[in-house]
Amino acid sequence: MSARSDITCAECTRADLVRAVAGRGLPSIEPGMPLPAGTGLTRRSFVAKSAGLALAVYGAGRLQLFDEGIANAASGPQGPILVSVFLQGGADALSLLYPDGDPLYHTLRTQLAVTGGTQFTEDPRLYWNPALAPLATLHDEGKVTVLPAVGYDHPDQSHFTSRHFWEVGATDPHLLTGWLGRYLDATGSPDNPLQGLSITGSLEPSLATTKVPVAAIDGPNQYTFGAQGVWGSVQNRMLDAMGALGSVHSKDPAFLTAANVTKQADRLRRQLLPFAGGTIKSPVPYPDGNDGFTTGLQGVAAMISAGLPLRCVALEASGSYDTHAGQTAALTPALTTTAASLFSFQRDLEARGIADRVLTLVWSEFGRRAQENGSGGTDHGAAGTAFLIGTRSTGTAVGEFPGLASLDPQGNLKATSDFRSVYCSLLEQWLKFDAERIIPGAGKFQRYTLVK
Amino acid sequence: MQPASLAPTKAEVGVPVYGGPFEVAQAERLLWRAGFGPRPGEAEALAKLGLAGAVHALCYPGDEKFVGPPPHDDKGHALAPFDAWGEDHCWWLDRMVRTSRPLVERMTLVWHDWFATSNEGVGSQKLMIQQNQLFRSHFLSPFDQLLLRVTANPAMLLWLNGTQNVKEAPNENYGREMMELFTLGADRGAYTEEDVRQQARSLTGWQNRWRNGLGNYDFHFDAAEHDTGMKRVFRKSGNFDWRGSCKLCVENPAHASFFVGKLWSYFVPTAPDSRTAAALEALYRQGYQVRPVVQAILQHPDLYEGERMVKPPVVHIAGLLRRVGMGITTTDWAWIGAQSGQQLFYPPNVAGWDDTRWLDTATFRGRWMGVQRLLRDKSLDPSKPPAGLPAGAQPLLDSALKFWNKPTLSVGTNYQLYHFASRALADGKADWEQKTYPVLVENGLRQLIGVSPDMQTS
Repeated sequence: MSARSDITCAECTRADLVRAVAGRGLPSIEPGMPLPAGTGLTRRSFVAKSAGLALAVYGAGRLQLFDEGIANAASGPQGPILVSVFLQGGADALSLLYPDGDPLYHTLRTQLAVTGGTQFTEDPRLYWNPALAPLATLHDEGKVTVLPAVGYDHPDQSHFTSRHFWEVGATDPHLLTGWLGRYLDATGSPDNPLQGLSITGSLEPSLATTKVPVAAIDGPNQYTFGAQGVWGSVQNRMLDAMGALGSVHSKDPAFLTAANVTKQADRLRRQLLPFAGGTIKSPVPYPDGNDGFTTGLQGVAAMISAGLPLRCVALEASGSYDTHAGQTAALTPALTTTAASLFSFQRDLEARGIADRVLTLVWSEFGRRAQENGSGGTDHGAAGTAFLIGTRSTGTAVGEFPGLASLDPQGNLKATSDFRSVYCSLLEQWLKFDAERIIPGAGKFQRYTLVK
Repeated sequence: MQPASLAPTKAEVGVPVYGGPFEVAQAERLLWRAGFGPRPGEAEALAKLGLAGAVHALCYPGDEKFVGPPPHDDKGHALAPFDAWGEDHCWWLDRMVRTSRPLVERMTLVWHDWFATSNEGVGSQKLMIQQNQLFRSHFLSPFDQLLLRVTANPAMLLWLNGTQNVKEAPNENYGREMMELFTLGADRGAYTEEDVRQQARSLTGWQNRWRNGLGNYDFHFDAAEHDTGMKRVFRKSGNFDWRGSCKLCVENPAHASFFVGKLWSYFVPTAPDSRTAAALEALYRQGYQVRPVVQAILQHPDLYEGERMVKPPVVHIAGLLRRVGMGITTTDWAWIGAQSGQQLFYPPNVAGWDDTRWLDTATFRGRWMGVQRLLRDKSLDPSKPPAGLPAGAQPLLDSALKFWNKPTLSVGTNYQLYHFASRALADGKADWEQKTYPVLVENGLRQLIGVSPDMQTS
């Protein structure tokens, strides 16, 4: 990316950019007021004419990162964004779209068979879990592609190994970078941590890079730093010094790790200044309950709408899906919150006019054993369910539901689609990048039509 | 601590022993890796014992003593670790801060991560703390004995569905993780999916009762629920039960290398060379003893001559509290732990915390908030500049370093701190600014030192 040090030419776009966040806790601009924390040496203010709101963008010649990130985002092409949503623990495919029309279902699931859902229009054997009704609605609108049995050959039933495969985009236990991380390493910017954003409070492994910075936050409006008994210009100097500590050189890898994260935290803090301390207002309602997944998606929509340079985003869905016992009681609230949040997110993107820029991939490390166990739960299985959500998603299922009569020798659902094919197809059709450079052995994986 | 002359430890033949100077810097690193860093004077005292004496003192710590005032919540009440949210975290953090036996608490943390159990699935702080006491009292017990106790531990039985694993319908959860995460490791060819199923059968029979108001209780082995049929595990046939299941795991040829590699990784960030690994494995195989292996690792040259390690978040905070002689006076440490990526009793999953990924932009902010919270009770009030606060950037920096008990910082960090102080002071033009800014700068220096890359690693 070209670094633009000339910031005046970007005033209009920047004003557009920050319009969406105006009035959300930004300090008012009055003569003589102190500079807010960490904003460097000068302040520039703009008026977004169409909104009639006063806004502030902060920056200084010496501290260009924030300006550059904004300028790049505002002046560069509005690129596609991929959101990854992980259902942690191995979500039970036979409960998400449950095969009520398969004669063996009630034999294998005497206690756990789901009831009361609507039929899946593309396969009369399958029914939507009632908790996923919002996804059924989006599917009716042609915005959800279902993968009813996605996985890989020689499935591994370890949570950690199988998740690792999905995160790194290969069945290679030794690969350390995430598949999205490698994409960002190849195409990303050295000074934009927001390009790979994890909204789970810690970095999702799929975003792990080796070269370019990526970020983890709880929410866009909470990324602020203060200290007891430090304010005004001294606080600004202190926050500058925090960034400077990140540039201290060392030959020691651990020291460098700590220094690098300090530097990235400083850049991210500057990028998120427009959100600092405010509340996020959305044009559509989100589910109540303040679930981290719900507020995370809400923040993503607001950040994209504000023009912040997001490219790959990773979240973990509400709930835990490792349902060895008490499956129904655990699954229903988890799926309810997850599906309702995804639905609100989609409506939010549509209301903000940015729905065509975002695709959301929902996945889990594996599905669960077809035969229920004796604890009212299910043990680890093989193929699982994935969804690709968005207005640009084809909305046509990928891979057949294989049926319960043809389980693998361990009694697990066989995969009829491969996650590496999904990644290759998304890289080529959505992110417009050569999958061969990201996914090991990409050439041997089939491509699916995922984007319309 | 015992004088070195009493019983200097001797590392097993074959495991390299550090032969360089053992001075304050080396003693300090040892205290960080085997504990939570030094209190004022501790590194100096340990250095006097010499390497062998120092390691011996840590591994044979004597009776437990607590230094400093007992912990309390924000209102001054005693902690309620069994009942109040977050007070379990604070209860243990207090032990890390005040203990006279740092290796006991550090090994307890190792076992908490190794046999990672989360209260998310257990739902009882009391059972979690009982498990914690098990780890503490067996901090260097032979591993085969520890594994047996963990397998029968109520929190673990709940966490991995051990009491739901019955002969008619085996539940594989514990059987799988005991091999994958506790004893053998995944993707090493040590076991098959069929072994997982057979182990689950061997492990059947644990039961507990539940009563409204009391929760889960009466954990016991019920022979009627145990599958007494023949099982075939690791190509051996037998009527195995839970004890046999544990024994098969520790006797598996792939276990010693897994054990040594995992234990080593808690103390040294780079893998051991093959000679070291082989010698440690040989040492371990003599009765699955943990203590001699830990002693050998703590005397290894890689610990003293090798790279630094990122401190786990609770180690970072406990160490800062130790440095300034503060106790637990708030329960904020629980949510700060969560924000920093380590809330005790809530590891992210059964694999424990990922020691290679402690630091990202979110957990960095958690650490910043931890330092900020610690300093809240110690910060200087700008409206009342204290008498004796020096003027000038370097004296203020010296004062802030003294506040933290004089940590050794890199040249680059020292320079940036000085640079901050001098520029911030130069901004003060008006009279009141010139009076106030030194106080603000001193507070800022303390904050920056606490989160510096130097203090986050050891």
